Amino acid sequence: MADEKILKFEGLFAGYGGGDVLKGVDFEVNHGGVTCIVGPNGSGKSTLLKAVSGLVKPRLGQIWFKGTPLVGLTPREILKLGIVQVPQNHSLFREMTVEENVVLGAFLVKDRKVIAERMDYVRGIFPIVSERARDKAGSLSGGQQRLVEFARCLMLDPELVVLDEPSMGLDPKTLRLVFETIQRMNSVGRTVLLVEQNARQALKLSHDGVVLENGKVRLAGTGAEVLNNPEIGALYLGGSISAPSEAKKTAEGTGTSDA
Amino acid sequence: MTTLINAQGVSKAFGGVQALNDCSLEVEKGSITGLIGPNGSGKTTLFNVMTGYVKPDAGTVFFDGSNITNARPDAVFELGIGRTFQLTRIFSRISVLENMLVATQRDDSWLRGLTRSMSSKEEVASAMEWLDFVGISQLARLQAGALSYGQRKLLELAYVLVADPAVILLDEPAGGVNLTLINGIAEKIRTLNAAGKTFLIVEHNMEFVMSLCTSVTVMHQGTDLVTGPPDSVRANPLVLDAYLGGGDDDEPAEDVING
Repeated sequence: MADEKILKFEGLFAGYGGGDVLKGVDFEVNHGGVTCIVGPNGSGKSTLLKAVSGLVKPRLGQIWFKGTPLVGLTPREILKLGIVQVPQNHSLFREMTVEENVVLGAFLVKDRKVIAERMDYVRGIFPIVSERARDKAGSLSGGQQRLVEFARCLMLDPELVVLDEPSMGLDPKTLRLVFETIQRMNSVGRTVLLVEQNARQALKLSHDGVVLENGKVRLAGTGAEVLNNPEIGALYLGGSISAPSEAKKTAEGTGTSDA
Repeated sequence: MTTLINAQGVSKAFGGVQALNDCSLEVEKGSITGLIGPNGSGKTTLFNVMTGYVKPDAGTVFFDGSNITNARPDAVFELGIGRTFQLTRIFSRISVLENMLVATQRDDSWLRGLTRSMSSKEEVASAMEWLDFVGISQLARLQAGALSYGQRKLLELAYVLVADPAVILLDEPAGGVNLTLINGIAEKIRTLNAAGKTFLIVEHNMEFVMSLCTSVTVMHQGTDLVTGPPDSVRANPLVLDAYLGGGDDDEPAEDVING
């Protein structure tokens, strides 16, 4: 993995008018990896992702994307930079076909040839885009809709893919498929930043993990470090790991550490 | 044991989609019954039929001996079946606490208006107790629309618990909820169950279902595929094929990156 940072959060404060939800967030996202943010309900995970995409305006602080400041940019400008988010709730147009939905993902692209090339590329990664091309998106199951949303987000050829609880509401079989697909998107060169309550499984597939607590970073490290931290395990991962852990022991008992 | 909810031969089609096809389910009094199955197998539709939100094309639903097949949702609630929704339904323009107080009005009558000031203190105390249990009592005065997705789910759970129905139907109570809190919720369900409360739970988190439920029914393509104790259901090849996707379900693709 490249040692470069693709995204940096610097003293970020943001909220919705009733006080700050993010209270000084600082951490960095490694280029080329999968970074998973975990934490209790209401700790600010979704707000942080919305700030990245320009959907929430931070009150203080900055977000740097490869040296470009994101705060103050419109969501459209942020999309153009190569950051695409798949939101928490299903976001396909139900009455439009699968193919129409995916093509819409390239709404910022003018060149028809480029769009056709990307459609071919996306079909190669997501077979469902060809298999169900003419079906209305609303007729697909929750998991299938998720995959089409992933396909749509790749139509802008993003460098950074942002996912807000991609596994929510999915049955075990589909969840596995969705997680495998996240890894596949990563293996074809996309940096992935995701929020997950299915934290154990998500941290296992992530290079890096970040624990958000009450609007601040409680711990940042590798996915394994977060997974094996006994304190975090008890607080947010449903207890300490049941199987005796052969993974390397990480620095324990510290409040925060940096990446 | 007596059967509290008895759904027999329920069918329901939406346009060309046969959501339920001769589906039967019995919920024993005092049980924690789990309802699992792939996305789109009809679990939520069955919930909707049992609680009066959807009228079935065929079949009957009995609750404690009385026929509730086409009863209205409020009548079903009055009889003692409370439920949560997969996509939460709360009043977003009033406070979290006020949402809870709305839910306590199930036993409302003309007399209640007269005694309201006397009982309201207890109602508030009870509401706060449940909010505290799900960990959002500090948000009691906040407008409910300001809650995060996970917090809304927790409010809805508290909301149905404070109404104190005889049977509680939970639609994906663990979805989008922090893992440690999921364990707390499971513990509370056990306590309430020990005190005589009956539960019917739709959930994809297998650890939650298998450790909590006394009986599990697996749905597939609109009908009940298998019913039995958790261990036998988990090992059933039909279930592995239709739902769990073979092998053990909680270790997806862990070897790919961190291995």
